[in-house]
Amino acid sequence: MNVKQQDKLATGVLYTIASLIILVLASLLAFILIQGLPRVTWHFLTTPARSFEAGGGIGIQLFNSFYLLVLAMLISVPLSLGAGIYLSEYAKKNWLTSLIRTSIEILSSLPSVVVGLFGFLIFVIQFKFGFSILSGALVLTVFNLPLLTRNVEESLASISSMQREAGLALGLSRWETVTRIIVPEALPGITTGMILGAGRVFGEAAALIYTAGQSAPALDFTNWNPFYIASPLNPLRPAETLAVHIWKINSEGIMPDAVAVSAGASAVLIIAVLLFNLSARWFGQHLYQKMTSSGKKGA
Amino acid sequence: MATEKIITSKDVHLYYGEREALKGIDLDFMAHEITALIGPSGSGKSTYLRLLNRMNDLIPNIRITGDIRLHGQDIYAPATDIVQLRKEVGMVFQQPNPFPFSIYENVIYGLRLAGEKNKAVLDEVVESSLKAAAVWEETKDVLHQSALSLSGGQQQRVCIARVLAVKPAVILLDEPTSALDPISSSKIEQMLVNLKADYTIIMVTHNMQQAARSSDRTAFFLDGKLVEYSETAKFFTAPDRKESEDYISGRFG
Ligand SMILES: Nc1ncnc2c1ncn2[C@@H]1O[C@H](COP(=O)(O)OP(=O)(O)OP(=O)(O)O)[C@@H](O)[C@H]1O
Ligand SMILES: [Mg+2]
Repeated sequence: MNVKQQDKLATGVLYTIASLIILVLASLLAFILIQGLPRVTWHFLTTPARSFEAGGGIGIQLFNSFYLLVLAMLISVPLSLGAGIYLSEYAKKNWLTSLIRTSIEILSSLPSVVVGLFGFLIFVIQFKFGFSILSGALVLTVFNLPLLTRNVEESLASISSMQREAGLALGLSRWETVTRIIVPEALPGITTGMILGAGRVFGEAAALIYTAGQSAPALDFTNWNPFYIASPLNPLRPAETLAVHIWKINSEGIMPDAVAVSAGASAVLIIAVLLFNLSARWFGQHLYQKMTSSGKKGA
Repeated sequence: MATEKIITSKDVHLYYGEREALKGIDLDFMAHEITALIGPSGSGKSTYLRLLNRMNDLIPNIRITGDIRLHGQDIYAPATDIVQLRKEVGMVFQQPNPFPFSIYENVIYGLRLAGEKNKAVLDEVVESSLKAAAVWEETKDVLHQSALSLSGGQQQRVCIARVLAVKPAVILLDEPTSALDPISSSKIEQMLVNLKADYTIIMVTHNMQQAARSSDRTAFFLDGKLVEYSETAKFFTAPDRKESEDYISGRFG
């Protein structure tokens, strides 16, 4: 076999593997969507679930998922930015920072069910937050923070050190160089990582079962006072999310249309996660073009 | 022309850990002149140049002794404002390193961060800096395109314009043309000669012709020591030291 034939063979093998992966993904998607989409109507997306009779929706779960996501990101985005900037730009190389890095690595590889049980013991029991949005958001932060921090650190580290020297040599302070040159340059990568993280959080179930809880009490969408018990914004109410709902229906659902509800909810979840992923790519590229003002003319 | 010493350095030693990279340098620079620093690879030219705007400060385990003054002020005194120093002493690197922003933004970035908002002022600075850096004609119609879309030579001149916009007194250049083609190099060389009226220029170069053509004085480094420092015309025709002569004639380095 000569080099050319080898090359052809290798290319062929790689193409086969790639198409296999795509095929698996596509059929999985098709299966979930074909099963679930017929169920997805406006009514399904907006009405509360029903436990015993057919015709329930996923309105509250959907709202809970987004609310938890927003809260979790509100906590973890600034924290991960701070930690990532510190690790990449300021931390000296010594035993302490390498300990921090190792801890982050270990944290990011913990199974989410373990993180969930930890959250149960700490937030639910110890801090007495109960099964609540707050416990859920905190545990999602624990789950998400290490990955986001690493993403920020790596995005920053990928910017050439020549750019830092250029900034400093122009008489910018260290802080100005980091925040006005390095972070903007790394922003596309950082944003992509954040959106992907959001998708991961949105689809997370195991970490939430024992923290945000498995019940979705009726909400009063006319009262947005966060201190009102049935307010959608009340952070201390239990809040079953979409992903938890799917798990629960499949393990103990007793409504007659459980299979259809589960299929519909799965379709919605998959679509949402797909949207996160696609928008991450689009947004990252868009932002990069904007930052580098390549393409269209700026103002 | 009466020349004034703008930077003075006395008995400068620099250690990277245990290794002594500069072994007692005495070197003074005249205002409104171009000084070329030459010498074989590893002789300490970049190390010395980066002392002058304190770019070496971030390197761990570095030790610096001696006395370096700008306008008579000790730049290594504890009270020195490093950020201010670097506004006075700008630097251009070997590899063009524009920010991945538009050409316009590249030039005014420092000013904008300093709080200048007046568009008329910014426009004026962009035009005068790009003109002084001899890259205005090529960029005036594409100011809002990415600086990365320019050629290497154009990028390097935009980087020089970016430094000029801050209005430093001294400009340090570390092999500014070694990554460029001969035509771009000679454009930059010519431009530097034109900038002499307003700036003091200190340039590391491996290009003997460039040093001989454009500089007023030449400092020859060898193995962390300053071997010879004299007027360029004299240095290249009648050097005092045997090592200088050997180096010019290409016998080592
Ligand atoms: N960050 C550093 N850490 C340790 N040693 C260094 C560092 N930078 C330079 N050196 C050493 O100091 C000596 C002088 O290096 P320097 O970069 O100043 O040489 P140079 O004259 O600029 O050479 P070139 O012409 O190749 O750029 C070299 O032996 C080099 O190995
Ligand atoms: Mg060098």
